[in-house]
Amino acid sequence: MNALLHGRLTGLLALGAVIAILPAFLPNNFYLDIAILAGFNAVVCVGLNLLIGYAGQISLGHAGFFGIGAYASGVLVGTYGWPPVLALLAGAAFVGLMAFLVAKPILRLKGHYLAMATLGIGIIVSIVLRTESGLTGGPDGMMVEPFRIFGVELYGEKVWYWVVGVLLLGVVWLSLNLIDSPMGRALRAVHGSEVAAEVVGVDTARFKVLVFVLSAVFASVAGSLFAHYAGLITPAKADFFKSIELVTMVVFGGMASTFGAVVGAVVLTLLPQALTVFQDYQQIVLGGILMATMVFMPKGLLPTLAALIPARRRA
Amino acid sequence: MNMLTTTDLTADTTAQARRVGPPILKVEHLSREFGGVLAVGDLSFTIAAGDIHSIIGPNGAGKTTLFNLVTGVYKPSGGRVLFDGADVSGMAPYRLAARGMSRTFQNLQIFFNMTALENVMVGRHLHLNTRLLPALFRFPSLVRKDREARDRAAQLMTEVGLEKYIDADAASMPYGALKRLEIARALASEPKLLLLDEPAAGLNATESREIDEVIKTVAGSGVTIVLVEHDMKMVMGISHRITALNQGRMLAEGTPQEVAANPDVIAAYLGAAP
Repeated sequence: MNALLHGRLTGLLALGAVIAILPAFLPNNFYLDIAILAGFNAVVCVGLNLLIGYAGQISLGHAGFFGIGAYASGVLVGTYGWPPVLALLAGAAFVGLMAFLVAKPILRLKGHYLAMATLGIGIIVSIVLRTESGLTGGPDGMMVEPFRIFGVELYGEKVWYWVVGVLLLGVVWLSLNLIDSPMGRALRAVHGSEVAAEVVGVDTARFKVLVFVLSAVFASVAGSLFAHYAGLITPAKADFFKSIELVTMVVFGGMASTFGAVVGAVVLTLLPQALTVFQDYQQIVLGGILMATMVFMPKGLLPTLAALIPARRRA
Repeated sequence: MNMLTTTDLTADTTAQARRVGPPILKVEHLSREFGGVLAVGDLSFTIAAGDIHSIIGPNGAGKTTLFNLVTGVYKPSGGRVLFDGADVSGMAPYRLAARGMSRTFQNLQIFFNMTALENVMVGRHLHLNTRLLPALFRFPSLVRKDREARDRAAQLMTEVGLEKYIDADAASMPYGALKRLEIARALASEPKLLLLDEPAAGLNATESREIDEVIKTVAGSGVTIVLVEHDMKMVMGISHRITALNQGRMLAEGTPQEVAANPDVIAAYLGAAP
């Protein structure tokens, strides 16, 4: 208990400190932009990690939920003139409902079948975004209005950096709270042994659906804000490769580790920027990283590093 | 196997002096087949509240299938299961748990991704606030009850003799300790009826005796126990009643002495002449 509580507070403080001092080391908006993208990815990965790392389920369609959030904001604000906050909430509610409706049948499936089903959802979303060009602008994407709240317009990398930073801290806080709660233990129990969880009263189906919905909503909120930040969204943000990228971030950073998911998202967002040659071969390199992680570091980067530091905090 | 016929029948006098409690579990014409093979066939028996009731039988007699049918892991092909007077046939295990039934597993089902204490805390699930919003925002009431659950889990671990493993990762614990961890986890749910599937399997004589003590203590606290076990010394020593199965069917039922003296039971175990 103490160790975990300790780990949570120190971890949150450390993350907060990094977010607070990082801009001092970023010389211009180009670097801030990368940090913001890393932050958005991290928000999605923290949610996805609840599903993959803690509850032991898989989703190969999470970019689809990110995409729906993004397009909900783009379309509702741009075409229909909704206030951005309302559009964000509507997108999240829609994604939550959709995730709930599909989770019921597909979370009965296990292993490869579940992976295939979530893959299908992601692809369907991606196809709809590409073909409904009247609404979404088709393959070219659509412009998105800036985010306005109480008459203030969020504009520029410097402002968005803090928005994303606070959002990430909040999401990490929620995730850590959840994991160290009865519901969080129930989720981990589903991963450990479904039948053992059932015989002490855990309604495993309910918790699988809940965590799927929750992680989808996280992705949707990140998608909405990303759309406003970027000002332009394309269906590529919702496609299969983006989903694989998200899963790779979670697996690489460390399954069942909230901070691991953050680290994974940050590292794999930076990598293509640092190695420009990487960009042409992005899918191959991502696949390679995923495989290498599975083989050499099955627990992921952060838990593996943590295990090297004897008897210290684990978060 | 010759244990059956030896003099090791210590439950004798106490069993006769006890008052028989009301039925807590009733199985009526229960059947289950797997692809035409009958695992359990037309089985009927009653378990009285407060008893330690053992189910014995050779390998393949249908003991574990019976457990899975009673606890909702399998759905019966025919017949019904009555728990506390209500028909619970085919009810999901988590619903049965809420009604006061829990179990352990022959092949360990441990949450190896958690600490030992957290394993037992999952057992408190039914007694805690498991809703999403209080968990996400860490409501004070949830934190307080969770702390109580932690204390209760630690206490249960101590009761089954696992105090030195309280902070251990479940994955680092030896087999014998994991057997007891399963019992502690099941007890944490505060069951009225606890089904133990071979709690002594794979344990040495000392560990076996310790499990024996744990079971007696649990039964003493008012929990009805259904026990599947191959360790005949343990079964004969602690059971109030015994049901013997063979090839999915009832072979004999009675006090330990009655069952031990039953020629059919001896024949099934020894494969003796007619």
